[in-house]
This record gives sequence, C-alpha cells and structure tokens, in this order.
Amino acid sequence: MAGSTATAVLDRNGLDALVKELTAQGRTVVGPTVRDGAVVLAELASADRLPWGWGTRVEAGRYRLVPREDGAVFAHTAGPQSWKAFLHPQREQLWSADRGSDGSLSIVEERADPASYAFLGVRPCDLRAIAVQDRVLTGGRFQDSGYAARRTGAFLIAAECTEPGATCFCVSMGSGPAADTGFDLALTEVVDDAGHRFFARAGSTAGAEVLSGLPHRPPDPGTEAAAHDAVEAARDRMGRAMPPVSLRDLMGESLEASRWDDVAARCLTCGNCTMVCPTCFCTTTEDVTDLTGDHAERWQRWDSCFDLDFSHLHGGPVRATPRSRYRQWLTHKLSTWYEQFGSSGCVGCGRCITWCPVGIDITEEAAALHDELAARLRQEEENDEGGGDDRKEPER
Amino acid sequence: MERPTLAVFKLASCDGCQLTLLDCEDELLALAGRIEIAHFLEASSAVTSGPYDLALVEGSVTTPADAERVREIRAQSRFLVTIGACATAGGIQALRNFADVEEFTRTVYARPDYIDTLATSTPVAAHVAVDFELRGCPIDRGQLLEVITAFLAGRKPDVPNHSVCFACKRRGTVCVTVAHGTPCLGPVTHAGCGAICPAYGRGCYGCFGPSGSANLPALIPLLHRDGLDDRATERFLRTFNATAFAETASAGTAATQTAATRTGEET
Repeated sequence: MAGSTATAVLDRNGLDALVKELTAQGRTVVGPTVRDGAVVLAELASADRLPWGWGTRVEAGRYRLVPREDGAVFAHTAGPQSWKAFLHPQREQLWSADRGSDGSLSIVEERADPASYAFLGVRPCDLRAIAVQDRVLTGGRFQDSGYAARRTGAFLIAAECTEPGATCFCVSMGSGPAADTGFDLALTEVVDDAGHRFFARAGSTAGAEVLSGLPHRPPDPGTEAAAHDAVEAARDRMGRAMPPVSLRDLMGESLEASRWDDVAARCLTCGNCTMVCPTCFCTTTEDVTDLTGDHAERWQRWDSCFDLDFSHLHGGPVRATPRSRYRQWLTHKLSTWYEQFGSSGCVGCGRCITWCPVGIDITEEAAALHDELAARLRQEEENDEGGGDDRKEPER
Repeated sequence: MERPTLAVFKLASCDGCQLTLLDCEDELLALAGRIEIAHFLEASSAVTSGPYDLALVEGSVTTPADAERVREIRAQSRFLVTIGACATAGGIQALRNFADVEEFTRTVYARPDYIDTLATSTPVAAHVAVDFELRGCPIDRGQLLEVITAFLAGRKPDVPNHSVCFACKRRGTVCVTVAHGTPCLGPVTHAGCGAICPAYGRGCYGCFGPSGSANLPALIPLLHRDGLDDRATERFLRTFNATAFAETASAGTAATQTAATRTGEET
C-alpha cells in the first residue's frame, strides 16, 4: 500500500494522536472509560479518558474494578454495554405523522443524521458480535436503514484480548482472543521491560492511511512476538468454556429437558442478559400520540424475550412462564440462530454471565443440558439392550 | 366536539399522585383543551357533577366510608384509572395489614372509640372493577400523560410491566448490584420511574411494586448476600407496595413449584 502503513508500533502518544486524528476527521470517537465503578463505553474527548491502569475482576453476577500497577489500558473485560448501544441504539424514531386541518395525513420518515463513529478498543468477541448484527439487521430482505447508515461509516479499532476474565469463553465459540478480520486497525497491547506500547495492524486502506499519519515506530520483531505471545497466552486463560459439542444439536434435543425448570427457578426474568448481549437485537415499536391527537410518532426501542409483552398475542403472552422464556432465549441464541442467520448468536463475551444479578451461567446451563441429554441417551441405550417388555419411555 | 370529562378523586393518600397532574405544567393547557376537568379539588373548588368519562383515583380504601365512596365513584365513571401505590397496592398504610389495628388505636389514641377504620388498607381493585392501574409512589408524569393521551385516542397505553433493569440498561446505568454489591429491588420491580435511584448509585426501593414477572424468591439470597438480614429484607420489601410484594413472595414460590411440575407448554 503506497503512502500507507500496514504494521507499526505505537506508544501512548500514538494513541493520543489516533483519537485526535479521528476527531479531526469529524468522527465521534467512542471507547472504554471508567464511570460508576465500571468500564463503560462513552464518547472520548481524548485518549486520556481511556481506562489507563484499570483492570476488572469478574465472576457470575459480580463485577469489580481493580487498579493495575502496569498501567495497561486494554486489560479489562466486557462491561455492561456493548457497541450495539451506538450502532443499534435503545430508542430511535422511525417516522412521524401529522393530520392537517383538512383531515389529510402526512407521514415523514424521521431518521437522525447518522453519527460517523470510530470505535476504539473493540474486542475480537465484539468484532464478531458486530458481524452477527450486520447479518441480522442488514443481511436479509428487511434492512434496518438506521443501523446500516451508522455501520457503513464506522471506523473500527480492535484491541486484541490479552487479559480474559473469569466469565470469558470466546475460544470455545471460535471468536477470539485474536482479531482476524472486520477491523480498520487492530492494536495489541504490550507492557514489558521494553516499555508500554501497542503493536498496530491495518485491516483496511482507511486504517493504513490513519496509521501512517500517526507518530509511530516501524514494527520490531520483539514487540510483534510479545504481542503474539500475549494473545496466545490469553487463549489458554479463558475462565469458562462451552461443552465441546454441537450446541445447535444439543438445544434441539433438549426442548423438554428438566433443566429448564431448574434455571427458571433461579431466573429473575429481569432481561439483563438480553440487554447486555452484544448480538440480541430485538425491538418493539412504540406509537406516541400527543394530546391534540393530530401528531403521532413511531419509535423503535429495545425489547427482550424475557418481557411478558414480547410474546403477547390476542388474549395473553405465548411464553407465560419463565421456563419458556429462558428456553426461548438460549435455544435461539445457540441453535435456531443458525437456521435464521447462518451462525451462532453467541460470541462468548461473558456479559450475560457477569451482568446477570443472580449469576446464571450460560456455559453451566449448556453443560447441564448436555449432561442431561447424555444421561437420557445412555438410559435409552440400556433400555434398548434390555429389550422386551421392560422398555420405558425416557424421563423427560 | 364535546370534550370528555375528567374527574380526580382521593381516598387514603398523600396527594402526591394527583399533584403529578398539576406538575404537567407544559401540557396543562393542551390537556384542558382536550378534556374538561370536571372534578379536581386539589386544583379547583369548582365542581361539575358526574357521570365522568375518565376518573383518576388516588389512595387506598381504609375506612368503611371509603369502601362506600369508591363504589359511588365507580358508578359515576365510564373509565376508571387508579393512580399510585396506595390505589394500586394499598400503599404504605397497608403495613397495618401485617399488624393488629385495634392494638394501634388503643395505644395511639386517647379515645380509640372515635376511630372508625378498617383492619386493612386495600387497593381500589379489591372493591370495584378498575380499567387501568398506573403504578408508582408517586406516579410518573410522562406515564400519566400517556394514559390520558391513550384514553383520548382510544388506544392502549404504552406502560410496560417489565423490570426496572430494562430501564437501567437502556439508559446505560451500571448495575448497582453486580458492580457495587448494593441491595436493589430493580430486578423484581415494575418499570416506569426511568430507573432514577440506580442512576444515582442507590438500589431500587420498589416504588412501582412488583413487575409483571417478578421472581422474588430468587432475589432474596442476593439481598442477604449484600448485607440485609431477614429483618432488614422484610423492611426493604415493606414500604409503599408492601402487600403486593408479600403476595409476590408467596405467588412466586407457588409459580416455581408449578413450573417444576410442568413437563411442557407451548410448542
């Protein structure tokens, strides 16, 4: 690439310059920052706002910020938001309608001018999640034009994962910890005796152009190797893993499992898992009228399959019990998503585990369903071998 | 076009919910243009007699006179909406439902025989049919306008009955339970306030009562973990919607048991 840079080494000044450059291009730079005891995503005025020296300690239903002595900036795990908060915002106006004095109706599409976003510090699992939402919201016949407009112009800077958390399981979902595609720039943070620096790779022409304009050093083998080793080491330090089976088939075989009752007793049906999930995309529409009755607006807002109204048809909700709602969420996420969108709906970011107040663990539920299915199949096999009149239907 | 009439009534309550109507300052003129405020003693002593098209009823039933009056109100009202925790759940005064009212009156009043009160404080819906219940202590101004606007337009009001967590996540509030270990009733509480308390780092107090799908038994261990013992947990749940949460606690257990015995439902 002439006049552009494919790989380079940046230091903190390089990161500062990166935010300045993207801002100068008219972009809204969004990245991680510390607020209210968590690393959240927010508009960044400068790279100083990044969570320098903050790590996180997470468990199922628990999240704590912890200071780090090494000053690392991308050493935190997934916070309570994902990038969908910007690409697929929680509430968005679709159209408005006005009734004129002669009774005529005029309808106007209302779409705010899309912000030109630059996302700084997108984890590989979240890159994968954005790709999943791309397929959901722009891949089929019915496109979300607002999402498409915001997504098309977005500049993505990945931060490869070197500090996975206890609730992370991207490796078992095939979506991390390395960033392979889907970014304009990818950074890998290295903190060692040779200093605090970032190995940077361009993933697009736009990324290479931006990189070439930043204060940088040419890549040195030591930094590149250290970056590579840090990501490889992260691969072995995932806190959790999905059972190594076809989750798609497992869910299909588990629709009447007794485990759904077990998890339903623990589930608050509060909806947190779907709100923090970077791929959950469901919305409902809200029709607003004003007191005159001559002006109406239609808004789209996030909804959740845990909301009773989500499946409300004439007379009541189809999924009235927590059991049916949790089952809907998990089987869609891990199984029927394939039929609908050609991939799993889970990227292994661990948000649903961390941010579930009661700590329901998607990997533990999948493992329990797997154990139950295995036990059922063993039982069926034994019954088959026993043959004769002793055959019984398996317990369901 | 003749404007529909609006009446606002009050039973045992603090007036805060009907005050919310007066707080609609920017919308009051538009509202008055669309609806005739026929009976609203907090705003005007000028009263037009019923029947009324839309009645907003604040407060709970705590006396035999209230019980009689709420039947009269119902008879005069085409569409009856109860507003606030008192009218929808008995309010904070429903704490009496867990105690001996006779003992209170003997202890507090020099002449307990002057006191004519019921043993319980009950929601309006326990006495008459209610067309819509608007939750909150106090109710939310935006939701009140939505209910009135929807009534005028002849549509269903958009008042979701999901949890406060929906509102926290939508507005980007960091979960106070997960990130701070703060006891919070948000996961079992009806949305509508906009998740104000967690936005300021406080746990939800449950002012809007149980959500449409509250699993209270699943939350209790968390409250214990975060420092509330049995007594403190009971006090946490016994505020503005004490009886509603008490019913949810027992209904939740029953629902869980029912779910455990079920083998399948919809396909």
